[in-house]
Parts: sequence; structure tokens; C-alpha cells
Amino acid sequence: MFDFLEGYNLWEAFWTTVQLTVLSAVGSLIWGTLLAAMRVGPVPLMRGFGTAYVNIVRNIPLTVIILFTSLGLNQTFEVTLGSDMTDTTNFRLAVLGLIAYTSAFVCEALRSGINTVPVGQAEAARALGLNFTQVLTLVVLPQAFRSVVGPLANVLIALTKNTTVAAAIGVAEAALLMKEMIENEAQLVLISAVFAFGFVCLTLPTGLILGWVSKKVAVKR
Amino acid sequence: MSSVLYDAQGPKAKRRNIVISVVFVAVLAAVLWWMYGALDEKGQLAWDLWKPFFHGEAWSTYLWPGLQNTLKAAALAMIIALPLGAVLGIARLSDHAWVRGVAGVVVEFFRSIPVLVLMIFGLALFSEYTNVSTDDRPLYAVVTGLVLYNASVLAEIVRAGILSLPRGQAEAASAIGLRKNQTMRFILLPQAVTAMLPAIVSQLVVIVKDTALGGAVLTFPDLMAAVGPMSAYYGANTLASFTVVALIFIVINFSLTSFASWLERRLRQGKKSTGAVVTADAVEELSTPGEHVEGKK
Repeated sequence: MFDFLEGYNLWEAFWTTVQLTVLSAVGSLIWGTLLAAMRVGPVPLMRGFGTAYVNIVRNIPLTVIILFTSLGLNQTFEVTLGSDMTDTTNFRLAVLGLIAYTSAFVCEALRSGINTVPVGQAEAARALGLNFTQVLTLVVLPQAFRSVVGPLANVLIALTKNTTVAAAIGVAEAALLMKEMIENEAQLVLISAVFAFGFVCLTLPTGLILGWVSKKVAVKR
Repeated sequence: MSSVLYDAQGPKAKRRNIVISVVFVAVLAAVLWWMYGALDEKGQLAWDLWKPFFHGEAWSTYLWPGLQNTLKAAALAMIIALPLGAVLGIARLSDHAWVRGVAGVVVEFFRSIPVLVLMIFGLALFSEYTNVSTDDRPLYAVVTGLVLYNASVLAEIVRAGILSLPRGQAEAASAIGLRKNQTMRFILLPQAVTAMLPAIVSQLVVIVKDTALGGAVLTFPDLMAAVGPMSAYYGANTLASFTVVALIFIVINFSLTSFASWLERRLRQGKKSTGAVVTADAVEELSTPGEHVEGKK
């Protein structure tokens, strides 16, 4: 029944999906945290920059961003991100695009987390004589991170699904393999079911596990 | 002004802020200058590449037809997905376990699959089992993918909208002798529709953004797909074309986002309603498999 799978490397395609997800998740967590720090900081110019970035990037389709990394950055500006193979370049460009897009959502999630910390916490910390960096790293951020596990999990799952957009610039991940298989084999429903199952396996457990974690670690107020 | 992180600033902090601002502007200016240099070196700033967008032809030949297709797909998807989502959402609240179960499985399944996978499936479906013409297939496929995904998200919005209403509403309805069906139709749904308007508008942004996938992968002639032929015709003005297309998307989606938050504010201030609102931000949570927005605490 499943002999149409022969000759296709399903594992490798889904492995690429996972790699895209993990690398982009790490990258957007870093850039998103920086953006969030800018947006809640005391310097108006940085707040303005953060707000502008988030509002602009959130409203552009990810497809436009990813295709731009390929057609704009790569073909017009010859950016290769340090690789001489087309496949590797496209993979890295896709990660770059995903990071640029996802960090806007990470930033918003973190910012809402910082807003859930009661002002009294920071006031008490300042009363003890802690400075801005200490208040941020010792008192506010730990509580903020614990309250945003849920929202960040949502961003992570959205990111997992969004990695399929990399198919638009030919990164050999699951959606591209699915397209190729459907074109070559006469097993539409079964092929779709296999890929649907693959994505359910990637997203549903993440949602359930992280949902449970977020309830566990959330600061009860 | 005081926030969680910092107090009203004294003279020392103000001085430090100015220093940080100056450094930040310097870094930003350096990056912009470097980008300007790179653009200039590749000749991307030549007026010829940007000029087409200030004349009618680029708009009437490429951008406007593309935008029309984008909006058409988004509108169709919304119109079909809304009633479907409403049915699924109400079914998830049913008293019968099997109705609840089936609707739950459908919603969770389509929420956990990427839209692109659904679109690819749709395209193959229409080419193998129907006689939809080759020209129409991409539109059908895009709408199918968007409907399947967004109906399940809208189902969650409807569910969250109904759950956000105060319990007393349903209790009062049954106290005056309305049946379950009547309670839903006359009491809960009309209020829930108002409550979920911000979330629905905000979901429209997601739909508009997702149509771009059709242009990139399924040869659907939408706004995104206009970039290719347009930049080929106007002498490889890839960058300019992308900028204009991105700007159009930003304008559409930013107005929708602003409209959603305006609606939200208005609904919260309204004195006539029960105060139930499904916020625009909740959409992110509602599109995640396994997640639910719970009712009023």
C-alpha cells in the first residue's frame, strides 16, 4: 500500500523541516528578545525603531520576505551567506527570512510577558538598590519568560508550519517533496495523508507539551 | 512616566539616554549608508527602475490585476470559511459527545497542517477529480487551502466568542423557557458575533498574507506573482518591484490591523454589550493546535 514511498527520502525532507524550524527558532528568539528589549527600554529612538520593525514585518507576507531573500539578496546583491552551493545558500536564506519574520512575533510575545509583571516587583527591586540591568535580568525577565511559554509555543508552532514557505525558493523540505511526489505518483490521497500526518506529529505534541509546561511554570498571581 | 523597568528619569539617566540615542542613530546611519552604497553599486537606485511605478502602465498591467486576484481569493476564502467555521465552532460546543468529537478532530487536524500543504493538495485534487479549467485551478486550490485552514481557526474564534459571554445569558434564556437551539440563535450567537469581530478582522490579515503562497508556489496570478514578469519587463528592477508589492501589502494589512484594534477598543467601551471581546491578539493562540482560549474567568 505504501510502496509509492520508495525512491523518495521522506525522512530527509522532514529532517530539513525540523532543521529549518530549530535554527530559525533560536535565531528569532535572540533577535526577538533584542527587539523586545528595545521596545520596553527607556530610549525613545530605540522604541520607535522596534515598533516600526514589528509593524512593518508583521504585515508583509512571509512569502514575499523569503522570495526577496532569494531574488533580491541573492540574485541581485549576490549575498551567499558564506556557502558556494546553491542548496546550502537557499537553506540559509530561508532561515534568514524566517528569522526576520518570526522575531517580530517573538518580540510581541515577550513584550506582553514583561507587561504581566506587576510594577511593584520592579519598584521593590529598585528599592533594594538594584540598577536597570539587575532589575531586568534578576527580577523582571525570569518572571516574564515563565509567563510567555504559552505564547512562545504558539509562535514556535506557527514557525514549524511556516517553514513550508521555504519551498517557494526550492529548499528541499517536506512541502516541496510533497509537491514533487504528487506530480509523479498517482496516489494523491495517500501522499497527502502521509504529509499531513507528518505535520500533525510535529505540531500537535509541541502544542500539548508546551501548553502543559506553560501551565506548570506560569507565575500564579 | 514610570514603567515596570524604569523610573521617571533624573538628569544622569537623561544624559545617558542621549548618549545611547546618539550611538544608536550612528549605528543605524552606518547600516543605512552601507545599504545605500550596496544599492548604488548594483545600480538599483537608477531612476529608470523606479519610474514605472509612477506611471499608470505598471499598475494597470501588473499590480492592479494581481491585487484584484489577491483580494478576490481572500474575500472568497473568508465568505466560504465563515459559515463553515461557525458550524464547526457551534458543533464543538454541542451536548452530544460524538458531534463534539468529530468537530474537534476536524478542527485540530486542519489547524496543525500548513496552509501550503492544503493548497498543494487542493491543486492536485482539482486537476485529477474535477474538470475545472487549468486557468481556474490555482484560484480554486488557493481558496480551498485557505478555507480548510481558516474555517478551523474561525471555528475556534466562534467557540471563544460564545464562551466569552457571561454564563447568566444562557441561564436566563433557559429560565424563560428557550430551547438550546433558540438560546444559541437568539441569545448567544448575536452577542458572540459582536464579541469576535476584532478577531475575525485580524484573521483577515492572515488570509491576505497567505494568498501570496498561491502566487509563489501554485502559479496563481496574484500580487506576489506580479513581481516576476514586472521586473523582467522593466529591466530587472527586482528590488523596486518587491518594495512596491511589500508596501501594498503593508498598507492593506496595517489598515486591517488598526481597524481590528479600533473595533476592540470600541467594544470594550460600549455600555450596551456584555463586555465580552475576543481580542485581535488571540488569533495567534487560536491558530495553534491543542490550544483554546478559555471563557471568562
